[in-house]
Amino acid sequence: MSATTLGAGLLAPSRPATFWPTGWVAGLAWIAAAAAIALLPDADDLGRTQALAALAAGVGGLVLLAAFGSSVPALALRLARLREAGPWLIVLAAALTAWELATAKYAVLPRPFFAAPQSLLEVFTDDYARLGESVWHSLLLVLPGYALGAAIGFLFGIAMGWSRLVGYWAHPVVRLIGPLPATAWLPVAFFAFSSSRGASTFLIALASFFPVTVLTWSGVSAVSKAYYDVARTMGASPWFLVRKVAVPAAMPSVFVGLFMGLGASFSVLVVAEMMGVKAGLGWYMQWAQGWAAYANMYAALLVLALMCSGAVTLLFRLRDRLLSWQKGLVRW
Amino acid sequence: MVSGARLEVRGVSHAFALEKRALPVLQAIDFIAEPGDFVALLGPSGCGKSTLLRLVAGLEPPSEGQLLVDGVPITGTDPSRTIMFQDPTLFPWRTVRGNAQLGPEARGSLAANAARIEAALSLVGLDAFAEAYPHQLSGGMAQRASLARALVNEPRILMLDEPLGKLDSLTRLAMQRELVSLWQRERFTALLVTHDVEEALLLADRVLVLSDRPARIRADIRVETPRPRRRDDAGLVALREEILALLGLAQAA
Ligand SMILES: Nc1ncnc2c1ncn2[C@@H]1O[C@H](COP(=O)(O)OP(=O)(O)OP(=O)(O)O)[C@@H](O)[C@H]1O
Ligand SMILES: [Mg+2]
Repeated sequence: MSATTLGAGLLAPSRPATFWPTGWVAGLAWIAAAAAIALLPDADDLGRTQALAALAAGVGGLVLLAAFGSSVPALALRLARLREAGPWLIVLAAALTAWELATAKYAVLPRPFFAAPQSLLEVFTDDYARLGESVWHSLLLVLPGYALGAAIGFLFGIAMGWSRLVGYWAHPVVRLIGPLPATAWLPVAFFAFSSSRGASTFLIALASFFPVTVLTWSGVSAVSKAYYDVARTMGASPWFLVRKVAVPAAMPSVFVGLFMGLGASFSVLVVAEMMGVKAGLGWYMQWAQGWAAYANMYAALLVLALMCSGAVTLLFRLRDRLLSWQKGLVRW
Repeated sequence: MVSGARLEVRGVSHAFALEKRALPVLQAIDFIAEPGDFVALLGPSGCGKSTLLRLVAGLEPPSEGQLLVDGVPITGTDPSRTIMFQDPTLFPWRTVRGNAQLGPEARGSLAANAARIEAALSLVGLDAFAEAYPHQLSGGMAQRASLARALVNEPRILMLDEPLGKLDSLTRLAMQRELVSLWQRERFTALLVTHDVEEALLLADRVLVLSDRPARIRADIRVETPRPRRRDDAGLVALREEILALLGLAQAA
């Protein structure tokens, strides 16, 4: 969520078909990383060293191809997006090399807390089935809970913003209980629900419910009275005012709530999986840590990061589609 | 074919609460607009013209007095009394066409009014921008979109709050002509708020000159000049001098 549309515009290359020095440097940096991985001896007995070297060499080859393609007018425009990533490609190659040297080659960092890159690769190549299953279980747990909490929060927020009566009674309750982290309900939930799945779904729903409620409510309350005046003079019913004025006007705020709720839901998901649910990425990490399989733990952490980031990206895509009428949207 | 309604404003006074004190805005406003009348309201800024239109629209009840349409007291909003607000207040999440069709959509008569919506858009010259969003419009275009949204509703009383204020003089002339011919075709009762004395005289049958706040009616001037009117018509020029003198006095008082 860092680059504004303006910033992205400034970064975009002005002359597409030109020599791309950053690309050549990045490609060579990846080839150098591959050489270091393949040629220097491992300090310990590690698997997948040559596979990692091949992977790095592959990336380097592709980047060099892209650098070459950038000078070809027919391809230059398609590669414009990649050109923006040029500096990152160099830094990533350097970081991989440093990591590899500090762990696998010279064992500067204490093992096994610091896993070597090829150990992570080994987890992905050997344990992908269990990792994939964990991702599936996590998604099956978090998505229904999140959707349930968000849907109820959305409806409740509209009711609070629209009806004085609902607002009067709900406001103090939301103010008292809303700021409480959903994980604080963990003991109560596991006591109240017979299954850990039910308890987790409840907690995840609770985590998304409050931000969505509060931001929908504040969005509806902030709708300019002038919009209602316009619609009322044209014969709009109260139902029309809610559906076609209050809700669309509050959508930007609702999406902020959905975004915050998503983060809260993921945080509850991981805690619930570590505490009681016997599946999912949180459980996988807990399990890996119990066996001192730190490489597995980092691999799961990386997958979790990709999963959360992917979910947020999807949410922002949806927002960009629905709120295309807003100018100056922040890009994710 | 709908026709204009008769509007009676009887001894209407209105006050707002501003910082716990009553701020009188309208004082004993009294006039009758016959069906199909074109009445212009002229007065200094902040005197209460927009407030009067809000009362006629039924958005607020007056502090004192009565407003009647065809003898029936106004108790709330009604689509037969359409107002074009001073601010365009377009819904930013709707395209120009989406905004223009707001009235028919709210009343569930979208299909029956499709042609009328397109006609209103082309009347204000926005047919090419029907799919544009409000943030893509200029100030004058937004104002024209707002005018289209009001015209779509087949009002019996149409209130226009400085509808052409942000337009360049050429577009303004064209829109004035369009407004007059539309009014001649549909015969609604029109209330036009404007700062432009010439515009009031070109369009209206009657000009109500209001005083400084709290607004009273200083003068009720009939404009008998037949249409189409020319701005250099001797009668109009004389009326213009008279009104400017009245407004000048109003500002000095
Ligand atoms: N909702 C409100 N609360 C308090 N005061 C208000 C409110 N609306 C209008 N006023 C006051 O009423 C007075 C008249 O406002 P109004 O908008 O009717 O003026 P106007 O004649 O339309 O002026 P202009 O020509 O500048 O548009 C102003 O002094 C304004 O401060
Ligand atoms: Mg006004």
